[in-house]
Formats: sequence, C-alpha cells, structure tokens
Amino acid sequence: MKKLMPLLFEMSSAGRTGFSLPASDVPELAIESMVPDSMIRKSAPGLPELSEVDVVRHFTNLSLLNHGVDTGFYPLGSCTMKYNPKVNENAARLPGFARMHPEMPEKGAQGSLRIIHDMDVWLSEICGMDRFTLQPVAGAHGELTGMFIIRAYHLKRGDAKRDKILAPDSSHGTNPASAAAAGMTVVQVASDARGNVDIEDLKAKVGPDTAGLMLTNPNTLGLFDEHIKQITEIVHKAGGLVYYDGANANAIMGKSRPGDMGFDVVHINLHKTFSTPHGGGGPGSGPVGVKKALEPFLPCPLVVKDGETYRWDYDRPDSIGHVHSFNGNFAVVLKAWSYIRTMGPDGLRAASELAVLNANYIMEALKGDFELGYDRTCKHEFVLSGSKQKKESGVRTLDMAKRLLDYGYHAPTVYFPLIVEEAIMIEPTETESKETLDEFICAMKRIAKEAKENPENLHTAPHTTPVGRLDETLAARKPILRWKKEDNA
Amino acid sequence: MFKYAESHEWAKAEGKVVTIGISDYAAEHLGDVIFAELPMVGKVIKKGEKLIDLESVKAVAEVFSPVSGKVVAVNSELEANAGLINEAPQAGGWIVKVEASDLGELNALMDDAAYQKFLATQH
Repeated sequence: MKKLMPLLFEMSSAGRTGFSLPASDVPELAIESMVPDSMIRKSAPGLPELSEVDVVRHFTNLSLLNHGVDTGFYPLGSCTMKYNPKVNENAARLPGFARMHPEMPEKGAQGSLRIIHDMDVWLSEICGMDRFTLQPVAGAHGELTGMFIIRAYHLKRGDAKRDKILAPDSSHGTNPASAAAAGMTVVQVASDARGNVDIEDLKAKVGPDTAGLMLTNPNTLGLFDEHIKQITEIVHKAGGLVYYDGANANAIMGKSRPGDMGFDVVHINLHKTFSTPHGGGGPGSGPVGVKKALEPFLPCPLVVKDGETYRWDYDRPDSIGHVHSFNGNFAVVLKAWSYIRTMGPDGLRAASELAVLNANYIMEALKGDFELGYDRTCKHEFVLSGSKQKKESGVRTLDMAKRLLDYGYHAPTVYFPLIVEEAIMIEPTETESKETLDEFICAMKRIAKEAKENPENLHTAPHTTPVGRLDETLAARKPILRWKKEDNA
Repeated sequence: MFKYAESHEWAKAEGKVVTIGISDYAAEHLGDVIFAELPMVGKVIKKGEKLIDLESVKAVAEVFSPVSGKVVAVNSELEANAGLINEAPQAGGWIVKVEASDLGELNALMDDAAYQKFLATQH
C-alpha cells in the first residue's frame, strides 16, 4: 500500500523541538532521590522530535482527508447525521458555561442548573414522559440506565423473578447487549412480513418472568410499528415494562410521543435527534425519561425548582445512584437546549416531517434499481437490499458502498439490520436539499448500472480515495494496534 | 453423512462421536470469520443450546448444538486461523466433536437433499 502520510514518529529528527523552556530557577534533583528505582524507565520513551510547523501540517493534512457532515452528504442509516448549526457551538463556548466548575455551589450555578431543569421539562413534553435524567452520555448508556431502572422497579415490588428482556430481531445490537450487561436474559422476538413485531410470537414469549420489552419505533427498518399500542398493552398485561430506544426519534418529533404509545422508559440521543455533533467518538448524550411510577428510581441527583431557585435533589432513597461522574456531558445538553430553543415546537415538527419526506423521496427513486426489503411508506430511513446485484453480477453491498466513496459520499450503513440480506440502510435527515438528494440518487443509479456493465470496477473500488480497498479481514484477524520502532527500523 | 439443522449447523456421526460445524451456506453468509470462541473440552451441552459465538467482519453469530452430549474435542486450529471456517466449513473448519448422549436426536435433522430444498425457501 502506498504510504499516504508519514507518522509523526517517522518524521522525527533527533534534537528538533517545537518549544524552548527558560532556564530552571530551582535546584535540580536527581530523579533517583524522588522516584523508586522500580518505577524509573530504563530507556527513553522515544517521543517524536518535531518543530511546531511539522506538527501543525501533519494534523491539518490529516483533517483534510476527513469526511464529515460539514464537508459532504452523510446518509449513515440509524445515525441521524444531520447538520449541526454553529450557533449551538457558540452557546456551549459562552465563558459562563464553559468555565463552570462541576462542584460550583448551587448559588453560583443557577444558569447551568436551569439548563438541566429546562431540558428535563422539555424532553418530558416532547416524549410524553414525566421526568428525565441528563446523566447518561450515550444511547447504550441510556439503555443500561433504563435496564437498571426497570430492574429496580420490579425488585422494589418484590417481583425478583422478572429477569427476561424481550427484543425484536430488528433491534440495535446494543439492546440485547445492554440488557445482558444489566444481568438480564435476552429473548428474541420475530418480525412479521411487514417489518412489525410479530404479535403472535410476542404473545408466546411474554410471561411472569418478563421484565420488559425493548423497542425502537420507528424500528431499524425505518418502519413505524402498526400495532404499537397493542404491543405495549401485551407487555403491560404480562406485568412487564416497555423501553423505547430513541435512536430513531428524529422521525417523530412533535408528531407522536413514546409516552402516548405506552412506553414506560425512554432514551433520547441528543447527538442524533437534537443536533449535537455526532461521530469522531462523541461526546454523546443519552438522557433517560420515565413515567411517574418509575421516577423514584432515576439516577441521583435531579434538579428541582423551588420558586425561582434551582437546586440539586439528593434525597432519593430508591434511586439507582449515579451513572456518570458529575452531571453527564453538560456541554452537549447545552447545545441541544440551544437547538430546541432555535427550532421551537413548529421547527422540531418540520424537521421530522422533512426527514421523513427526504427518506421517502430517495426510496421511491431507487426502488426500481435495488430490491426493497419492505415496500411500505418509511419514516426517516429505509433499507434497500443489494441481493439483486449479488445474484445478477456477484456485486455485493460492500462493493457498492465502497464505490459511493468515489462519488464523494460517506457510505450508508451496510449489513444492518441483519434481517435484510445485503442491507443498505439510508438516512438522509432533514438538513439536505432536494439538489443534494437528486445528486445522491443519480450516483446510486450509476452504481446500479455499473454493477451490470462493469462489476470488476466495483469489486476493486474505491479508486479515487487516498487509499484504495483495505483488507478489513486481515485488519481484524491480525490487527497492528501500535507503532513500534523495532518493526519499522 | 452430513445432517443439517435449520440454524445451519451440520453434524456428522462416527460411532457415538458427532462432529459439528457450520454449513457452506452459513459460512458464505457470515463473511470472513475472524474469531471463534471455543468451548472447554468436557463441557456438557443440550441440543439447541448455544455452543459458541462466531465473530465475522459483518456480525457475531451464535452456533447452536444440534445434539446433546459432552464436548470431547475442539478444533484448536481455529484459535490461530478462524478463516478455516470459510475455507472449508464442512471439512477442516469443523468446530467441536461431541459425544452424543442420544444419537436419535440426529434423526430430527435434515439430510443433504432436504437441506438444499430448505435453503431454496430462504431469501
């Protein structure tokens, strides 16, 4: 493989520095007099020696290779890669917030406490719940918190045998993982021919050991479950609770509410739905909301408002406790606050409407070129299948996803959900113009044509990216996890 | 003779010892296998219980035991080269050998012809 850019280690030149320190004005002490011998390293750490401009160019050039929502379309299904308005960043950088210490006494932190309290109230209204915690810092973290809350609820009622969590075969992988991490056993529920939860299978699997059901609605196929009220009723009748995975909440803001559908616990991904930056490892935020009966179990503390004053409420004996240090990712919560204030109720509703319209626009345009797993009006995303191309010319979804990179797009989510063969999951979000969608549709159609006429070109794609097709299998089987001087001498 | 389960495992009996692996079809659909977490020899397993997880570049798949019994051997070559499962799923890519407690359980599985017919009904 062509070496794209040398590593800092490879650029290192002995003795070169990017700084100069003043002469020390305190007496020098031998390191042996301060540190035990066993802890003193025997050879130099081998840090790269570089000038400032070397380092700046290295990272600037790396950043230019990145694809982000600020540089291009990013139709990564299930991830809601919407554009994040810069005004949210301005809010988070206000010194009064940015320099706030998490241990600041309540009296000096009224503004920050208000943000948390506002978000509790607003998210409760948007989701139809009664109370939110802002502590969890990711979607899966919210799920785990929700599982702890559900378990605490059953235990408090002396119903200790409820240890099974149901999850449909279309669910995000994090759902069964979170339930298992919370000590529950996972039971898979089948989907029916229209992509809904299979009601008969659900009825057969609920029982006195059911702690709850985890459900994403619309689900990972982008389909709103047509029997949602019946589903939550079946689980409630069996004594279980219903958990809403809010990963796809961008489809329903201001249109329908999980609380009204019968859900008891909800998590919302602020880094998807509420337009805080997503990708590059976060930071994320996955607030969890509950109905009244579960409020005592929420993580501690919560912000309460006494008259005009905000304070922390630690007096919560049934709480599951802290789920994160301090108050979660406060700056992310603040950006979402700014987004909600910018959009208002009508704006949020319009965002969901456009997200759904955009997804249906692309789906209708492409359903003649690709197989469509479930031919129904979708919500904010839809799942195509590359099975036709695979059958006809041996071109796989992976090949087509790689080829999209040549057209300047981030690839969609592929091979998920698992119940669609050769899945291609596309989520355009509301922030893209019709022109952008048309260009993307055009690229997808050209790729479908290429699959017929020149499959080899797809097998070897991408061709115009800084590096070509990577050997992902070799990388997974024999990962090189760190640079070692010995290996590169 | 290979016998197949609907969840795409194969079983092949020699005396009381049944060798178990995943079918050609399963291996192709799973994609390149990168890790197989093998069970301990001596582990007692019931028919239909999870035998191991197989991790591929695409997904993690559960492999279920098509027969009840005791694990008497594991294919330790998979530890260094799980790709054997892709190269020869029904030969060198076998996963475990189980001493069956009831060989009659194999009768419930499909023979090759029935399995091929079953695959034709899968999308």
